[in-house]
Amino acid sequence: MQTVEPLLQEAEFDQKILDEQKIEPRDWMPEAYRKNLIRQMSQHAHSEVIGMQPEGNWITRAPTLRRKAVLLAKIQDEAGHGLYLYSATETLGCTRSELIEALQTGKAKYASIFNYPALTWADVGATGWLVDGAAIVNQIALQRTSYGPYARAMVRICKEESFHQRQGYEIMFALAKGSPQQKQMAQDAMNRIWWPSLMMFGPHDADSAHSSQSMKWKIKRQSNDFLRQKFIDQTIPQIKVLGLDMPDPEIRWNKKRGHYDHGEINWDEFYQVINGQGPCNHQRIKHHKRAHDEGEWVREAVRNYREKQNRRENSTMKK
Amino acid sequence: MNQEYLSTYEVFVRSARGLDHKHVGSLHAENSQQALMYARDVYTRRSEGVSIWVVEAINITASQEEDVESFIEPMDEKKYRHASHYQLPDKIDNM
Repeated sequence: MQTVEPLLQEAEFDQKILDEQKIEPRDWMPEAYRKNLIRQMSQHAHSEVIGMQPEGNWITRAPTLRRKAVLLAKIQDEAGHGLYLYSATETLGCTRSELIEALQTGKAKYASIFNYPALTWADVGATGWLVDGAAIVNQIALQRTSYGPYARAMVRICKEESFHQRQGYEIMFALAKGSPQQKQMAQDAMNRIWWPSLMMFGPHDADSAHSSQSMKWKIKRQSNDFLRQKFIDQTIPQIKVLGLDMPDPEIRWNKKRGHYDHGEINWDEFYQVINGQGPCNHQRIKHHKRAHDEGEWVREAVRNYREKQNRRENSTMKK
Repeated sequence: MNQEYLSTYEVFVRSARGLDHKHVGSLHAENSQQALMYARDVYTRRSEGVSIWVVEAINITASQEEDVESFIEPMDEKKYRHASHYQLPDKIDNM
């Protein structure tokens, strides 16, 4: 029996995946499926949270009150998205503090794009437009992921995300149609953020460590290269509308493929940044730790308050 | 690093009067009042609802899907519970 039972469970699990059924928290699942999900979902959650930092730097320097209100609303959304994803990850049987510790000790990764600084106001525009744009392409595919809580979080996130991309494009459009200096600022921000945005889709399919198993388990529904191409194809017409020069001289329409060709990504840079050598890795984690530690007194106060309430309730019950 | 002290609350939102409260997600909070405020901030930023319920997750008793056959007995043999079981005379095409 000891050997038959797990085999049966595995067969049942495989059948559910095959039938496009969602896997739910209490279902049996292979340990590797659980681990793979925790890795991907927590990485996703950390990206939402760390992603608030480069944009947060610009709240006090937004050029108008409207832009400031918009940026605040966007960043507040990111905090919410982090929470949806942490909650969904916790259904796999890990705790919030384990997840946060993995982030702070560097055991867990987050999207490497957030290790680049936001140098100018145009970076806020380019980030919303390109980084959130790339994230949306990824997340739309993930709405069909096989793990129920992850899929449901993605549906909610996608609903909220499209304003993020539009507000970014609006900033870029205003700059691109502004003074020559403003246009140059937009061009420069796009040139810098273009490549890290393409890296957000991960390594080429052939070099992606987790891809083939994740596709088999339907955690991932479409491949890195497929989604990257989709993003490029939909973004290039938007660059043309801005009237900016292409960020990559090798971009040209390939009639035979029906897609845009593009230059090769600098993968050495990708792995350097992922492994901690990016311009802001150290700063991002340091800031996260500080914010977390400085919030401890609030958590302590509510804990004490609850204990006091409990004591009061217990003593009134005794009467 | 004391997240474990926080209880998990499940959040339900009624999107409009006349509709059911629907489960939308969960969050951590110290007590139900705080959970309600967090739920408002996190799950209703775009007027998604008119009313929120928060329930501490440990207070939910759940059946298991594996037990469905023994616990939620399939009523397949009681076909007469379904309208489609009854044959109507040909002359009546709508009831």
